[in-house]
Amino acid sequence: MRLKFEKRPEASTAMLYLTPVAAVLITMALGGVVFSLIGFDGFGAVREIFISPLVNAYKWQDLAVKAAPLVIIAVGLSIGYRANVWNIGAEGQYIVGALAGTGVALLTHQMSGFWILPAMMLAGVLGGMAWASIPAFLRTRLQVNEILTTLMLTYVAVYILNYLVFGPWKSPTSFGQPQTVLFSPSQSLPYLIAGTVVRWNALIAVVVVLVAWFVMTRSVFGFQIRVVGSAPQAARHGGFSADRTVWLALLAGGGLAGFAGILEAAGPFGHLIPQFPTNYGFTAIIVAFLGRLHPVGILIAGLVLALTFVGGEMAQTTIALPFPAVGVFQAMMLFLLLAGDFFVRYRLVRVKPKSETAPAAETSTEAA
Amino acid sequence: MNNRAEPYRLELTGITKRFPGVLANDNVSLHVKAGEIHALLGENGAGKSTLVKMIYGIMAPDAGAIEWDGAPIAINNPRAARRLGIGMVFQHFSLFEAMTVLENIALGLDAKLSPRELEARVREVLKQYGLSLDPHRVVSTLSVGERQRIEIVRALLLNPKLLIMDEPTSVLTPQEVEQLFIVLRQLAKEGCSILYISHKLHEIKALCETATILRGGRFVAECDPRRETSKSMAELMIGASLKEIQRSPGRHFGEAKLVVRRLSVPAAGHFDIPLRDIGFTVRAGEIFGIAGVAGNGQNALLLALSGEVTSPDSGAIAVDGARVGRLGAKARRLKGMASVPEERNGHAAVPEFTLADNSILTARDRLGMVITGLIRPGVARAYTGKVIDAFSVKALGAGSTAGSLSGGNLQKYIMGREILQRPSVLVVSQPTWGVDAGAAAAIHQALIDLAAAGSAIVVISQDLDELLSLCDTIAVINEGRLSPAMAVADADADIEKIGLLMGGIHGESHLAAEAAHAA
Amino acid sequence: MSVDLIIPIIMTLIPAATPILLAAQGELVAEKSGVLNLGIEGMMLTGAVITAAVMLITGNVWLAILCAALAASTAALIFGFLTLSLSANQVATGLALTILGTGFSALFGQPFTGKAVPLFKSPFPAELAADPFWRLFFGYSPLVYFSLAMVVLIWWFLQRTRPGLILRAVGESDISAHSIGYSVIGVRYLAVAFGGAMAGIAGACYPLMLTPQWVERLTSGRGWIALALVVFAAWRPFRLLAGAYFFGLVMTLEVYAKASGGGFRILPSEAWAALPYLATILVLVLISMRRSGSTSAPACLGKPFIPAT
Repeated sequence: MRLKFEKRPEASTAMLYLTPVAAVLITMALGGVVFSLIGFDGFGAVREIFISPLVNAYKWQDLAVKAAPLVIIAVGLSIGYRANVWNIGAEGQYIVGALAGTGVALLTHQMSGFWILPAMMLAGVLGGMAWASIPAFLRTRLQVNEILTTLMLTYVAVYILNYLVFGPWKSPTSFGQPQTVLFSPSQSLPYLIAGTVVRWNALIAVVVVLVAWFVMTRSVFGFQIRVVGSAPQAARHGGFSADRTVWLALLAGGGLAGFAGILEAAGPFGHLIPQFPTNYGFTAIIVAFLGRLHPVGILIAGLVLALTFVGGEMAQTTIALPFPAVGVFQAMMLFLLLAGDFFVRYRLVRVKPKSETAPAAETSTEAA
Repeated sequence: MNNRAEPYRLELTGITKRFPGVLANDNVSLHVKAGEIHALLGENGAGKSTLVKMIYGIMAPDAGAIEWDGAPIAINNPRAARRLGIGMVFQHFSLFEAMTVLENIALGLDAKLSPRELEARVREVLKQYGLSLDPHRVVSTLSVGERQRIEIVRALLLNPKLLIMDEPTSVLTPQEVEQLFIVLRQLAKEGCSILYISHKLHEIKALCETATILRGGRFVAECDPRRETSKSMAELMIGASLKEIQRSPGRHFGEAKLVVRRLSVPAAGHFDIPLRDIGFTVRAGEIFGIAGVAGNGQNALLLALSGEVTSPDSGAIAVDGARVGRLGAKARRLKGMASVPEERNGHAAVPEFTLADNSILTARDRLGMVITGLIRPGVARAYTGKVIDAFSVKALGAGSTAGSLSGGNLQKYIMGREILQRPSVLVVSQPTWGVDAGAAAAIHQALIDLAAAGSAIVVISQDLDELLSLCDTIAVINEGRLSPAMAVADADADIEKIGLLMGGIHGESHLAAEAAHAA
Repeated sequence: MSVDLIIPIIMTLIPAATPILLAAQGELVAEKSGVLNLGIEGMMLTGAVITAAVMLITGNVWLAILCAALAASTAALIFGFLTLSLSANQVATGLALTILGTGFSALFGQPFTGKAVPLFKSPFPAELAADPFWRLFFGYSPLVYFSLAMVVLIWWFLQRTRPGLILRAVGESDISAHSIGYSVIGVRYLAVAFGGAMAGIAGACYPLMLTPQWVERLTSGRGWIALALVVFAAWRPFRLLAGAYFFGLVMTLEVYAKASGGGFRILPSEAWAALPYLATILVLVLISMRRSGSTSAPACLGKPFIPAT
């Protein structure tokens, strides 16, 4: 009796949703072992990173604060990834969104009014869209691969941020520190629950998830994104323009990343500083995959990744685990998830003895 | 049979090969004698390609025995097959587009030869069999016939004792087929066995001494094709007596529904064929066939008609008098133009999507599956159910994925999806490609019924027999140009003439030039 | 411009270009076999941190480079296992590799951060290596000469040897290569492992001749520039050299802008720093404008291959 892998006639839905859970659990087990082997308190690290923030109620607020930007960005990225548009420069769009919104804030600094915050948010969305429209233009007009352009533009965005906060936008009252002026109350995102650190962006993230869920499952736009991603030729046959889809996907991704950027600037940061980019845009890539590119999945995955950040900070103080360990745990999750994809498409079957066939079998090309 | 003392060159007994959900070969046996041209006959999906892939070592059988010159043997990979002296010419060539002829040949040989020695050997073989081919050309610049010659030369350089030809003529003109047969007969005379895979009965009758017939993965019969009639072999192959297509006699055509005028499309990519000055008219009730060897612009033509590629000239294509040349696929569908491309998986349908979602893909606007940008899944499911019933699609329901259907069932669903939309004009490419005989007959009947109901139909196919039995009018596409239309009923469309058109020969002067060239 | 200025510019440019050249050479071979590995940045960081660690512990430069190549190659094989054996998406897996390399190097490198690593100096006699003129030819680290030798070696391998022919064939049509009996997956594993080793050596360039120390993320996106370079070079080894030195020049401008001021004041220093990334985009635009219709990319680049057995 031997076992072999065999292609499933249809991808397994159960496996599709089980594998992310398995990826997290295996990361905890494997991570514990690996970190112990290289001389850390491996299982202490797993406990601090994955469990402690959950059992300590006062850390829940921090989870919401960290998860909100991750979820908003990842929802945008997932739209692109479903259409096979590989925007990996959300970090740059996030920064430019924050810059655009801050630009509005600086112009309106002496004013007050309920309209200022919405105007900043709009500017943030438009800023992110504008930054993403460069790769969209280059891809649709000149067939330049968006993977490289979106990433290169992230570096450029970082330097624009540095230039502005070290130069023209530097606050006159900052004693030479590179930072913009603090946002006024009518420019700041209010707290959702008084007495906590949770602001409106947590609720906004949930709304973004629900809207995206509806749009992706029920609208022609969502259908278009799914067809273009699964079978570009069939999409053309169905009358969907590939170029338009690239534009929509990048604008959605860039717009949401920019939105997350200004929410973060007008929320937890309160002004712009060179340390504003905190890799949310890159971590959101993991969130998008771990959430299976599904808005609800992304909400959960965003909380899991937020957990690792919050837990990683705790582990730094409690068991002196270096913070970069969090990055290794996150990467492990992504690797295990991608490996798990195999089980969505294949299953393990028993084969009769005497057979000498190797694993993996695709359907016959006889008819082709 | 008379020289049974001599062992068979190749003997297969009880070969079984299983794929997930399919038994591709079930206890198949095959005997090939030395110097014999042996046909392996069967419908698409009968298991012929799977069987020869096991002989050539690309796949391993799940059960069964292979004997070579009387000795049991396991062929683990193509290299081992070549060491035995087995050569293979693939249906879908195993060539490398961006490389030269010589590089391609070198890759198929296991012997280490310097480029110079190799070139000398290649030229020798070309001369010996009277083939012409430039060893330094890049494959992507060659015609299909020339590409096949690379594969043949690659096989001949091994001095093969068995040459497997997998559907070699599906890409050749009738004249090229004749040339190929001369080479094969010469080889057989020199003692090389040939295993010739085909479903074209007249070819097998003309070439082969023995035929093994497969059906549904099983051995059905071994016979001498020269003593059988085409009809008797066809019935063995299909397993039932052939059903004639029902069409009402004395049909007459209505007004022009599809008018194509001076349609030109530049080549999309490096390896593509541009369309040049295409013009034809299809009337209500008419089935218009477009014949041609693969790769002569059929794909480009389908895309240009369906609207996946638009024309700068709005008058190049008219549907019911409306100029649609500049409209995209969605807008043309609203004007009554439906289409079915040749590739089912990934072009006509999305394999991972449910059938209901696949209905939304092309029927959403004509049938109200979308209102103000939102999808109405109920409408899509109901329509899909209707298609499944009307075309007897074997599927669990509107919720099964397209990829889970067999080729024939998926094709029936796709044809049904377009036909039940009652299009004014339907353009289909390879409607029965890779489909079993039952499904093919159903599809043909559906096309005839749609024409009878007053639609205009264009059928693009490489299967000349299919076109001649189905179409009222026929034209030939060659290198992106379309010949004048010929009525099938007035014998002005005889095989000889169509064959010459397929080979790019127009008129008598070209014919003379070709004769001089061949001499 | 005087010779006094040109020589130092070239002397900065060539070492600056060397890591991208080495990484791009590895990626070129992997891509020629049909595998797109976006994890170069992660593998370079792995190579860099291992080099710094081994140097600081043992002081043996050859051991350091060997360990860097092996470590990055191992990382590449993880990528290979996922994409080749489990046919995972190559883009996503490459990104995962970069994230892993970034995290691993930051964690592993903590004890070594900021400590000076001895330079891997020119192997030639000091009279030549230090001479104001001859150092232009003899004044570089052995890594530079290695990268130049690899240009010729990779060209020769791909164009003149049978294994090279097979590797190109696998990248051109995996189905054809499989059906005439070549192990597509096996060839790709080897190519990916080689690509990893080269990226590791590329990473070793930073502590051994450029920075010279370990700091977090010290490759600052150069691995991605190497990816762009392969596209720019249209998968040709000699054009890779030209492209790498062009980027070397752009990056040298940044160094000069920071150091000297003067004529560079016309733009803020951040603009000079952003220049290599903008140049990458520009180069991709130019190459796609010149290529009309057809591309020279290997036909199977990025597509998973699943053999039927």
